[in-house]
Amino acid sequence: MADKVEFELVSPEKLLKSLPVDMVVVPGTEGDFGVLAGHAPMIATVRPGVIDVYEGDRVVDRVFVAGGFAEVTETRCTVLAEEAEALSGIDRAAVEKAIKDLSEDLDDAASDSDKAAVEAKLGVARAKLEALGASAAAH
Amino acid sequence: MPNLKDLKNRIASVQSTRKITSAMKMVAASKLRRAQEQAQASGPYAERMGRMLASLAANVQGSGNGPKLMTGTGADKVHLLVIVSSDRGLCGAFNGSIVREAKRQIIRLQSEGKTVKLLTVGRKARDQLRREYASLIVQSYEDVGRRRLSFADADMVTQKVLAMFDGVEFDVCSIIFNKFKSAISQIVTVQQLIPFAVSDTGAAAPVDEVKAVYEFEPDEEQILAELLPRNLSVQVYRALLESAASEQGARMTAMDNATRNAGDMINKLTITYNRTRQAYITKELIEIISGAEAL
Repeated sequence: MADKVEFELVSPEKLLKSLPVDMVVVPGTEGDFGVLAGHAPMIATVRPGVIDVYEGDRVVDRVFVAGGFAEVTETRCTVLAEEAEALSGIDRAAVEKAIKDLSEDLDDAASDSDKAAVEAKLGVARAKLEALGASAAAH
Repeated sequence: MPNLKDLKNRIASVQSTRKITSAMKMVAASKLRRAQEQAQASGPYAERMGRMLASLAANVQGSGNGPKLMTGTGADKVHLLVIVSSDRGLCGAFNGSIVREAKRQIIRLQSEGKTVKLLTVGRKARDQLRREYASLIVQSYEDVGRRRLSFADADMVTQKVLAMFDGVEFDVCSIIFNKFKSAISQIVTVQQLIPFAVSDTGAAAPVDEVKAVYEFEPDEEQILAELLPRNLSVQVYRALLESAASEQGARMTAMDNATRNAGDMINKLTITYNRTRQAYITKELIEIISGAEAL
């Protein structure tokens, strides 16, 4: 397994990461998928969740993304994230508070489009919390 | 003959004007640098998004039932123009040229019998268009990205556009903004956003090579349906960034000129001041001498 995948994480505001790695695990809408060198070319949508970056068989980096798109080629894995945050940098209390606030907003939301927008945000926040829970259990 | 005291005041006031304009120039220069960096940083995302979209579009186009954002509503009746200007003035012809182009487009479209709706970003475009086309403006945004333009700002505008599109309030949407070329030159650009033209992404070339090679998860249509609104945000974001950089560039140039003009004016006034002072002295001397002679 000498070959590496060029992993790129891009947000609309800047190029966040660009480095060669052994494997990345991306949370696709239809299930997580791991990308190794020589993966078949693919375009997939990404659900809110955590991207794991592997070096050898160790996880060296965990990044939370709030959904987006992934483009995989034989040598490259590009993730276009709507929002990305290192998992270690997320404050649990802040997320919990955000969920509470958003739940209240949901009750106040007047129109259907407002409601959908708040629900989307809530989904992201819940996924964040879930990701935190999973990482706490792993340690 | 001008009054000496008046001249002195005048010089002092022009001097303080020069101080202000030169400070504004320096502020604009540093803001310009930041805006350019931001524009550069957003490059990779837009580029990759364009690449993905091109390969997706190549797959879907053949089937002929792409999403509405790409194929359009089938009509060409109502046009929505998104006009990007600045909130503040003192930046030369920046807002003037945007508004002029907007008016030209409005007149052209109206003469073709089409309905025009306007969405303005920035106070200046709204103020200048309100006089003639108040009834056409559906929404205007102010103080967009006042501190630092973020993607969320662009998204806010995009959501409004999308909501209108879903409500079938327009058929074609274009954005008018200043494209940054250099600090001295900005190009007024009209770009069509809806229906989305794939060739605009500049990624048309590699299409053949990647065509039909990708697997899609979920299928093309679904990805495209998610990707297109996203792409719209990116296009708006790019336009706002270009416009922000252009604004600072235009302001920098305008303030540089103003500073130089103030300098010229101070020189001229100083010469007048010195001449006048000399004339006073000569006059007084003549009076004294002729007074002494008279004795």
